[in-house]
Amino acid sequence: MSDLPPYPPLDPSNYDLIVVGTGVSESVSAAAASSSGSSVLHLDPNPFYGSHFAALSLPDLTSFLHSNSVSPPPSSPPIPPSNSHELISVDLVHRSLYSSVEISSFDSEILEEHSRRFNVDLCGPRVVFCADESINLMLKSGANNYVEFKSIEASFVGDSSGELRNVPDSRAAIFKSKSLTLLEKNLLMKFFKLVQSQLAKSDDDTTTVKISEEDMESPFVDFLTKMRLPPNIKSIILYAIAMLDYDQDNMETCRHLLKTKEGIDRLALYIKSMGRFSNALGALIYPIYGQGELPQAFCRRAAVKGCVYVLRMPITALLLDKETGGYKGVRLASGQEIFSQKLILDPCINVGLESLSSLTDQQNETLRVLVPKAMINKEKIARGICVIRGSVKSDVSNALIVYPPKSLFPEQLTAIRVLQLGSGLAVCPADMHVLYFSTLCKNDDQGIKALLSAMGNLIRLPVPESDSVVENVTCEAKPLLLWRALYVQELVKGEFGGVISSMPSPDENLNYKETVESAVKLYEQIMGSEELFKEETSLENTTEENEGGVEIDEN
Amino acid sequence: MHGRPRKASKPEDEAASAAKAVKLRSLQSQFMTYHHEKIYTKEAIELSTKLLEINPEAYTAWNYRKLAVEDSLSRIGPDPNLVKPILDEELRVVENALKQNFKSYGAWHHRKWVLSKGHSSTGNELKLLDKFQKLDSRNFHAWNYRRFVVELTNRSEQDELQYTDDMINNNFSNYSAWHNRSVLLSSLLANRADGFMPEKRIPDEFEIVHQAIFTDPDDQSGWFYHLWLLDQTVNVESPLLTSSWPSHGSSVILSGAGCLNGPPSNVTTFCSETGSFPLILYFDQAVGGVSPLTVTIDSELKGNENLVWEPISNKSSQVSCVWVARLKYFSSQPCGSKDHKVKVRLGNSPGIVSSRGYNFSAPYEFVFTVHVQDTAEDSHSQESIVSWTDGFELWDAQSKDLNSLFTLDQLNNGIDLKWRQAAIDSEIECFRLLADSKIGKLTLARLLMASEAMTLDAAVKGVYYEEILQLYNDLMALDSSHHQYYKNEHSVAFLHKVTSSSESLSRHLFRYRDMNNLVCLRLNKLSLSRIASVEKLLFVQMLDLSHNELHSTEGLEAMQLLSCLNLSHNRIRSFSALDSLRHVKQLKVLDVSHNHIGKHSVDTTRYLCSSPLSNSDWSQDGVRGQNPGLVTKYWDAYFVLRDLNLKQLDIAGNEIADDEFSSFVLQVVPKLVWLNGQKPGN
Repeated sequence: MSDLPPYPPLDPSNYDLIVVGTGVSESVSAAAASSSGSSVLHLDPNPFYGSHFAALSLPDLTSFLHSNSVSPPPSSPPIPPSNSHELISVDLVHRSLYSSVEISSFDSEILEEHSRRFNVDLCGPRVVFCADESINLMLKSGANNYVEFKSIEASFVGDSSGELRNVPDSRAAIFKSKSLTLLEKNLLMKFFKLVQSQLAKSDDDTTTVKISEEDMESPFVDFLTKMRLPPNIKSIILYAIAMLDYDQDNMETCRHLLKTKEGIDRLALYIKSMGRFSNALGALIYPIYGQGELPQAFCRRAAVKGCVYVLRMPITALLLDKETGGYKGVRLASGQEIFSQKLILDPCINVGLESLSSLTDQQNETLRVLVPKAMINKEKIARGICVIRGSVKSDVSNALIVYPPKSLFPEQLTAIRVLQLGSGLAVCPADMHVLYFSTLCKNDDQGIKALLSAMGNLIRLPVPESDSVVENVTCEAKPLLLWRALYVQELVKGEFGGVISSMPSPDENLNYKETVESAVKLYEQIMGSEELFKEETSLENTTEENEGGVEIDEN
Repeated sequence: MHGRPRKASKPEDEAASAAKAVKLRSLQSQFMTYHHEKIYTKEAIELSTKLLEINPEAYTAWNYRKLAVEDSLSRIGPDPNLVKPILDEELRVVENALKQNFKSYGAWHHRKWVLSKGHSSTGNELKLLDKFQKLDSRNFHAWNYRRFVVELTNRSEQDELQYTDDMINNNFSNYSAWHNRSVLLSSLLANRADGFMPEKRIPDEFEIVHQAIFTDPDDQSGWFYHLWLLDQTVNVESPLLTSSWPSHGSSVILSGAGCLNGPPSNVTTFCSETGSFPLILYFDQAVGGVSPLTVTIDSELKGNENLVWEPISNKSSQVSCVWVARLKYFSSQPCGSKDHKVKVRLGNSPGIVSSRGYNFSAPYEFVFTVHVQDTAEDSHSQESIVSWTDGFELWDAQSKDLNSLFTLDQLNNGIDLKWRQAAIDSEIECFRLLADSKIGKLTLARLLMASEAMTLDAAVKGVYYEEILQLYNDLMALDSSHHQYYKNEHSVAFLHKVTSSSESLSRHLFRYRDMNNLVCLRLNKLSLSRIASVEKLLFVQMLDLSHNELHSTEGLEAMQLLSCLNLSHNRIRSFSALDSLRHVKQLKVLDVSHNHIGKHSVDTTRYLCSSPLSNSDWSQDGVRGQNPGLVTKYWDAYFVLRDLNLKQLDIAGNEIADDEFSSFVLQVVPKLVWLNGQKPGN
């Protein structure tokens, strides 16, 4: 990165807030701080917006994964002597989020030809729920003017048989479902109605059936059993609607046993999402051009409000007050020193352990959130990306597929989610689809194994040409794999550290609910309990005509 | 368009609507001037356009436009190039009006009128409709118009059926779509279009509507479709003869006015002062065209060549389930004691047609024997009071001749029942799964009733009745707002159960000693609220319905042999509720004591009864001439009692029954022998 063209020095060199990294959480913070009148400098070491939430072309994605999967050699440019005696500089190190990166191309010719027509997410599979907090924030901030969405047309539950069954997530879907018996339809709709009446209830209303306090505190899976829902329906509710990861029936391996209360909240989000926008086909929508559009929309909003943007600009060191140990500013890769009241950092930025030893207790306290935590026994998320020719389900382009725990193989401990996206979303060329896979795992091997199993269920691997005749006979109409990426990502939580805060990595969820909620919470801690975007109202006319698109507006 | 809460109007909205009213008023008055003076200038027509754009409900303006169109068409001649722009302009105005309010009757009607002129392209209409029906998928105006356009364009019914499929899949809570489906299927099934055989299609449709009912048992749109399907399954198109009196193979003893002493106990004895007896035909649906041309009678009884067949119905129409002819049996020459065979044949020549237009097609004949007996005059027996408390002898349950009194559904033989029974059986199995919901219970009860009605096999006949009664009991407890409906259905089921076999019926049958061993049916103290199964009770001469919860005598009109009727301790609220008894010419004894007559004002909307205002033959009426005030006051009693030949009447225990009313009754029914257990004048 040292061969970058020299930047003209930044002016001014003093800000209320410096944000490093342009992921969703960082961008929301930058937009919120700018709109509340703070002066903000927003930096990103990469040449694109979005950090770990970016959507990239295949070559860019490949190089990003590779460069972030190994710890870069400790770049030790000679530290220029600080020109002030009151400051001490602490070198920063880059933590890599990814491991076990494996990228294979099966038809490089075609991919080469179209390589720039891909917008592939780093944080997939990921969608936006219509009633998601991220949508509310976009509306509040006006960021919705910069993004357009389209609906995910269908969601399915799969199993080892290869059959994909529609998720009966609405009245019409239950009515149409071919895989449910009449009684199952009855029980499922009754359960949905119970949830809806629970959501609509007011405290003085005693006529509607309510779920008892005791039930609310019991495990959700037990509550579903109590509602006489058969196993197949329970599984649909738990993994394809509430979008849970862990096997709720297996006490040993389940790291998160959901309570009924939380389960109802998750269903509520889904149900509210279904009805929020009249032109959306279902609960889930996806931004045209990929997930990278979301952080970028917030950045554009921030820029309108005066936030200063510099890409391709890593920071190399933190500047602390020698005496008090308090934070003062950062040193850019260009060598310039920039000062601010507060600092928000990307999850990849850490303090080198060797530099800690020489610091005082106060200085250590300031840097608390940047000290790498021991990562023992922490879960990771395995992600996979496949580019295929054709579609996993004929006549459906954009679809979500969930494999509940144990549905593919007996040792499958967590749900595997698959998202197929087509050219309608401008993420790939016309006759292809991009598939995203993810599953939680304890170690890389376990995660990759689960992803490969799901891939094998949906996709046909290319075979050497000599076998092509046989292949035509044996393989049914499964789509053909053209390109594949497999990687395992660490899950890093955001942390509030007073003056310096660290933002989370992309989480294991399908939506942005937790990401945005934690970003909002962190922001409120950092900037005081100010409400985000309080004075913003999106009076500007929203999205233009967009064929088949979803119009996001407040009604 | 549905389920949106109404919002209170804001002040600025009110101001806007006031301004609109001012504008409308001035437009309206200018428009009316043009209209009255028949001015159809460009300017005048444009004014009406403006008016309709603001208020599509201004139907006078639509009519004005029709006149204006006719006017300009009459002037330009038949050149289609000139006609089309005029009509296109009308379509445009309608479209704008519909954008304003797409439930405007006037606008839709105007569009139909324009389309009927035949110059406009119909292709656009379906596209327009798709747009409207996307906005509001249940709008019945749009559906109506759709049927009109479909007929005009000869679009196939199959395509339209597919359209209802799509709409229902989109949101099955769509009454209009289900309704249109039933309309289309009726036609496709009636024409036996490709693959539209009822035995195949009806079960498929049941399968579709199950998805809706099971998904959301509280959504009523599916219920109606299910009811329609059930109706298609149960009801055979051609009318059938359900029963008759006298029934096939039975013997009847006929005697004169005095009635017999000591007749044999195993046959029905019928006495008449007029020397005739009723021949009753009971059909499963209302039919017309019963006449000597369609019903042939071979009999040695003379004088019955040109029988008059009378429909027994409260409505004055010429269709009825029940038809009666009175056969004479006293001829000029004494015939002594003699058996006569009577053979009745119907269906050999066409003419009996159901109200839905289907022919009675299966020829049918039945034979019975009449035994005419001379009698000794015995005036004493007529004078004795019928007490309802004693003098009853239990029917001999072992007696085989009960079977000859009423026909068990053997007349339905030969109808293709197989698929229908299979469909009902699978429905029963299906709805047993939904028995925890109200609609599930109700549907199950209806299905079980339908199954009973279809079952011919005596071995399994009647097995469902206990379950049906229990279901209605449950429903009464569960759903109090529809209690009366369930109660009525419970009564119907109960009466079906009683009449389902001769064994169960005989438990309620008696002979009344004091009156020539009349056949008496006692259905008292059973909390009945409705009368049913009358077709199996045509032979009954004495009927005890006391201590029930009846509101009316509807249905009893078919019981032409009935001479004594006890309705005491019921819930009769007015004499209008007894209106059907006017058809029962034999009725001599009527007990309506301890009811609610006079307690409430007469609900004239409920009973189709003669109204005092519409009757023109009043002036010729003696009683009315004498006492117009009382007739006006007791008009409902007057119209019923005047047509009956009662000898004994009990009205005690009713609000109405005071001295004034008693004296009025004696004026209206001068032949009355007993009033409230007393001889009048004593």
